Amino acid sequence: MDGTLPTRVNASPAPAPDPMDTRPFRIVRRIAEVDGCFTLHLRSLDGRPLVYQPGQFNMLYAFGTGEVAISISGDCRDLTTLVHTIREVGTVTKALAKLKVGDVVGVRGPFGRAWPIEEAYGNDILFVTGTIGLAPLRPLIHEVLHRREHFGKVVICYGSRGTHDILYEKDLHRWRGRFDLQVHVTVHSAPSGYRGRVGSVANLVKIARFDPEHTTAYVCRSETMTRPAVQALHERGVTSDRIYVTLERNMKCGVGFCGHCQMGGSFMCKDGPVYRYDTIEDIFTVREL
Amino acid sequence: MVAIEGLGRLLAEHPFFQDMTPEVRDIVVGCCANAHYRPGEYLFKEGGKADHFYLIRQGSVAVEVHAPGRPAVVVENIGEGDIIGWSWLVPPYVWTFDARAIEQVRAITIDGACLRTKLEANHELGYQLYQRFIPIMGRRISEARLRIVELTTDAVY
Amino acid sequence: MVHNDIHATPAAGHRLIVGRDGLDALIAALRGEGYAVIGPRVRDGAIAYEPVDSTADLPIGVIDEQNGGHYRLNTGPEETLFGYTVGPHSWKRALYPPRQSLWTAARDAEKGFTIEKPDGTPPRQAFLGVRPCELRALGIHDRVFGVQPHDAGHGAQQFTDQGYAARRAEAFVVAVNCGRAGGTCFCTSMGGGPQAEGGYDLAVTEINRNGWHDFLVEAGSEHGRAILDTLPGRRAEVYDVQAAQAVTDAARGQMGRAMVPDVADLLAKNLEHPRWAEVAKRCLSCANCTMVCPTCFCSTMEDVTDLTGERTERVRRWDSCFTLDFSYIHGGSIRQSTASRYRQWITHKLSTWHEQFGTSGCVGCGRCITWCPVGIDITEEARAIHDSTRGTAGGTPEGTNEGRA
Repeated sequence: MDGTLPTRVNASPAPAPDPMDTRPFRIVRRIAEVDGCFTLHLRSLDGRPLVYQPGQFNMLYAFGTGEVAISISGDCRDLTTLVHTIREVGTVTKALAKLKVGDVVGVRGPFGRAWPIEEAYGNDILFVTGTIGLAPLRPLIHEVLHRREHFGKVVICYGSRGTHDILYEKDLHRWRGRFDLQVHVTVHSAPSGYRGRVGSVANLVKIARFDPEHTTAYVCRSETMTRPAVQALHERGVTSDRIYVTLERNMKCGVGFCGHCQMGGSFMCKDGPVYRYDTIEDIFTVREL
Repeated sequence: MVAIEGLGRLLAEHPFFQDMTPEVRDIVVGCCANAHYRPGEYLFKEGGKADHFYLIRQGSVAVEVHAPGRPAVVVENIGEGDIIGWSWLVPPYVWTFDARAIEQVRAITIDGACLRTKLEANHELGYQLYQRFIPIMGRRISEARLRIVELTTDAVY
Repeated sequence: MVHNDIHATPAAGHRLIVGRDGLDALIAALRGEGYAVIGPRVRDGAIAYEPVDSTADLPIGVIDEQNGGHYRLNTGPEETLFGYTVGPHSWKRALYPPRQSLWTAARDAEKGFTIEKPDGTPPRQAFLGVRPCELRALGIHDRVFGVQPHDAGHGAQQFTDQGYAARRAEAFVVAVNCGRAGGTCFCTSMGGGPQAEGGYDLAVTEINRNGWHDFLVEAGSEHGRAILDTLPGRRAEVYDVQAAQAVTDAARGQMGRAMVPDVADLLAKNLEHPRWAEVAKRCLSCANCTMVCPTCFCSTMEDVTDLTGERTERVRRWDSCFTLDFSYIHGGSIRQSTASRYRQWITHKLSTWHEQFGTSGCVGCGRCITWCPVGIDITEEARAIHDSTRGTAGGTPEGTNEGRA
């Protein structure tokens, strides 16, 4: 235990912005997406952009209802517009869903650890995701494409339920048109005659072309689906120290004060939501942690 | 039709038969033939007698469930290098799904009815075949189970 | 165990012997400086921390009787001001209040809504009667709320809670060393002890020498020293300091409970252990332990809207990892079972806290034992796991992997 604990702590002379303060942003565009999702394009009322890194999230505030943690889904180089894709599942997301262009939401953030990028320089890149999991990954895909020359092969493995709920289909289509990108899309079922893949995302990992020993994988799936995705990567020879996953807990404050988002010793809001898999491998299968 | 030794080479090169002992592989080679399917053509249909299995050499095959009055539902597709069909191994040797070529498909068909009689006599053959079929069956079952979870759980992505 | 070296006496004026009038002068001096003095008082049959005007408000001649799920106030030695130990309150009430208004928002036609923050001027509070374990709890919260930087926490950004920081910076701390251990105390096994080791402005030791009743007061800060210099009393002699030392030594020898060694590692290795299910049979998931714990800091946020829907208030209030709601994410709660919630609480407190803040989250005050309605004892639970793993190489008992498919 530490020896002396000072009584008097000097407050910093110029107080940092309070992480609990929410900033007003106006909705400039609203896009209906698949699968109960919608995308909001936001612009700050105070003119100050929100600078973030791929993988980070904001606490979005619907006036009178409350806050919810939503990952950022835009291109982090576009500072004029903050993009969030949201699925309507709870009280706050339902309130956000009712808002129209011109309405104002509160934004607190950005919070959390970003997907590491430089660590993957020189490697092949594999994105493994499904349905709405593409939303938190899209800023990283944009960034990897901005820095395309630093990477070998770049592969996107994406799965959705059916042929009509492929998120960001236009983006996937555009990416598929690039010669420097492999895009594999699979669905769980399709009408006969569908020419795309039908099957699991894990299967895509099996068929994708990359050099397993020099590959960094970014997995953005639910906790349940992360395990099979990681297993498929292991089977291909991608080791845990080159697999990044993202997890989800109840984030209330975003800054490690409220305690809600703990998993083992980590506060998911600031130590996560992105983790290198080998750092959580031991506790990942402990139930109800 | 290519010559038998041509098929033997094709089998030996196929991942499914890799590391199979040559004596056992020769038995299988004796039961196989080349096949070609045009897009939309059925490899087999639900309810039909399951007397074959297929190694896909080129193209892909949709595993479908027939739905009256609407397009069939594709539940999986099987691509190059993969194997399709194990109903020939399990009584009552009846197909439980349709299999239809999505594009031009080149495959090797293996006569299961012929193999079944040989399995009874040669358990080493049986062991080596089961050794290869069971992991595939297991993987497809667990993938199907996880897809049920994905399809039925709202929060899963 | 750390004993102050009595020969390293600081400069004259740092230690004073005062009578009860000296403490009254202290309270008056603090009030004169604009402090609201908060100290122990008897309230509803327990020691509570509330505003005090003079030593007459303190629990004079009162001691407490504590055990698992048991708390009583009894008559103690006459004239004693600090004969009891800790009650259900702790100083987090004053520094991180159970309900905090973070801001209010009003609907605005132009800007959507406008936000108004409450007056950020912190209350000027003086805490009288802060026990050594509570001083350590304050030090722990200084790390939790980001006013004391530390190396732990996986290198993540450390934020500062501005409300806590402001209140903490204003607080004047008068520590009181312990003359006896309470029935559920185990501070010595948590690396602490009944004697304050810093982190105070003034520290008081109540000394009773054959009915001669006075107080050794030591300064721990410049501000404390300045106030000490104004108090009526005499300079403390070596024998006074020795007498004060004897008081805390006596308390040190009375600890009836002890935490097992290396508990952080022990719990980390036993996340799957049959004891969790055992304790869950008794645990009511009532959250009492977290409310009385001086270091538990979890909170939740609520948005309270008025009837017109035009104004709303963001409120932060204490929360507990024992509630089902605590770990709720869309679809359900992560920690459904009581076993998992108890495990979360004790492993956080004793184990993962080190990863997060570089210190244990437990100071050994014993409140969670006393105020548990069924008397679950944190030391006993840790000991049960400790004993079950003795002699096994990996520190994991047999049979704990059952149920893992």
